[in-house]
Amino acid sequence: MTRPMLEAESVSVAYGKVEAVRGISLTVEPGRLVTVLGANGAGKTTLLNALMGVLPARGAIRFEGRDLTRLPVEARVAQGLSLIPERRELFSTMTVEDNLKLGAFRFRGTGGGGDIGEMYRLFPRLAERRRQHAGTLSGGERQMLAMARALMGRPRLLMLDEPSLGLAPLIVAEVMRTVARLRDEGVAILLVEQNARAALQIADHGYVLDGGTVVLEGDSRTLQTDARVVETYLGVLAADDAAAPPNRVASGR
Amino acid sequence: MDATILLLLLQDGVVNGAIYALIALSLVLVFTVTRVILIPQGEFVAYGALTLASLEAGTLPGTVPLLLGLGACAFLADCAEARHNLDGRALLRFGLRDLALPGVVAVIAWLLAPTKPGLPVEILLTLVIVTPMGGFLHAVAFRPLAHASVLVLLIASVGVHLALTGLGLVFFGAEGSRTPPLSEASFPAGPLLVSGQSLWMIGLTLAIIVALWLFFSRTLLGKALIATAVNRLGARLMGIAPSLAGRLSFSVAAFIGALSGVLIAPLTTVYYDTGFLIGLKGFVAAIIGGLASYPAAAAAALLVGIIESVASFEASAFKEVIVFMAIIPVLLWRSLRSAPVEDEE
Repeated sequence: MTRPMLEAESVSVAYGKVEAVRGISLTVEPGRLVTVLGANGAGKTTLLNALMGVLPARGAIRFEGRDLTRLPVEARVAQGLSLIPERRELFSTMTVEDNLKLGAFRFRGTGGGGDIGEMYRLFPRLAERRRQHAGTLSGGERQMLAMARALMGRPRLLMLDEPSLGLAPLIVAEVMRTVARLRDEGVAILLVEQNARAALQIADHGYVLDGGTVVLEGDSRTLQTDARVVETYLGVLAADDAAAPPNRVASGR
Repeated sequence: MDATILLLLLQDGVVNGAIYALIALSLVLVFTVTRVILIPQGEFVAYGALTLASLEAGTLPGTVPLLLGLGACAFLADCAEARHNLDGRALLRFGLRDLALPGVVAVIAWLLAPTKPGLPVEILLTLVIVTPMGGFLHAVAFRPLAHASVLVLLIASVGVHLALTGLGLVFFGAEGSRTPPLSEASFPAGPLLVSGQSLWMIGLTLAIIVALWLFFSRTLLGKALIATAVNRLGARLMGIAPSLAGRLSFSVAAFIGALSGVLIAPLTTVYYDTGFLIGLKGFVAAIIGGLASYPAAAAAALLVGIIESVASFEASAFKEVIVFMAIIPVLLWRSLRSAPVEDEE
């Protein structure tokens, strides 16, 4: 078995007295696409923020054997981690091109960052909008810019938080194809999604979160056919994308 | 008041306004990047003027020991901040930045000061002495409060201002100083006599504005500062540390402050506490610009300068009152125009 790239060991995050993430352990192997599924409030975003250092967490987080637990966000970026947050966090009053340039900030002075031309080939819409402010982009374009900006930093582990949120189905498919292609190019990916169907189609491995803990784990093929996943996330979501799962996975066990 | 007097007053106002513009620009820069309202900006002005004056007199400026002390404090603050990841490389970096750099500056100042090397060298030396103080102050007083509210940061800012004023008294004494003008030349322009000094002031202000614009629009580091101001989390996710952005903006502010001091020193006698009032007028301009817009702040600074010079002619006893009252209608207009802001962040 390959040595894991990212290792989280019983990570817990509390907001005051409420524990949003309770003792989650998770690993991502190099070049693999791992997805984290779960309903609203299951703790997915909190988990990603803890892995990135945006939120303080208890437990151990290791990246390529190095302990990240005490490192601030910027230092984790320097290690090759990258997070595309749910709210994208673009520089809205700056141009698309400046957003991309800043994506390579960690390589400043060394010229080691991503290539803007390559990003424009990958996302032609961004090339058309290069002089526009990021705040004027549509939802899909924002997501593309957020991805391109993250790729400019040549991450070795890319974490995406709900990349399909608020996007039209066609664009969701495009985003998922891009994510899958990145994995094929060797970038390890941790994908948090509510759209379980889309995520499981491209993922190698998956975790299902509920109430801040992992309730189910397995390779994506198994998860796709697991009765509980089908019932809670795939079946219902297929019928009505916006509906919350009717019952919790944990109570079904 | 006839047209000639008005012209004279306008000329005076524009020259003073140039200084306020420089200060307003650095206040906007520091506030947008770090959310700190930099009350001590005026102290950088006073330090700049007093440092130049004592170099003029051939003595070692009091800012040199102050710089060494601040550097040592910043070194301790840096070590405390990085205590979990402190290794040899980090120690070396902190040592070079906080101890070696001020040390080298001190040695140069100590060697050069008694030789009275001439105004250009003295001005350069003044800028080199005062500029690093900005970064040191950020590391010591503001970085540990990076997550605090604007109000707490303002309170810290007032504290730093009081401390720096006191240190100014310790190191420079209560005596005021004045320096010779940058240029003795003067040019007749209609009924006015334009002094070389005022041309220097306006020219250098424009040069700083252009330099800032180039820095923000052409360099990645400048863009990183704007990015931090626009979206702090987004910037951190790109690897732009808020501490780097803060240090940089404070250094720029200290540089601009010191330069303002150099420019204003020939016009007025500067005491250890003169900077505060100058800084406050720059602050009025920055507020009129909403603490966000550079062009609006610069334009407002010119207006403040002109209001001040007209007020000092028409009602000199109320000069300061009139200048500071100008802020009230602007605040009213702003609060009526903008939606109420509940709580920051």
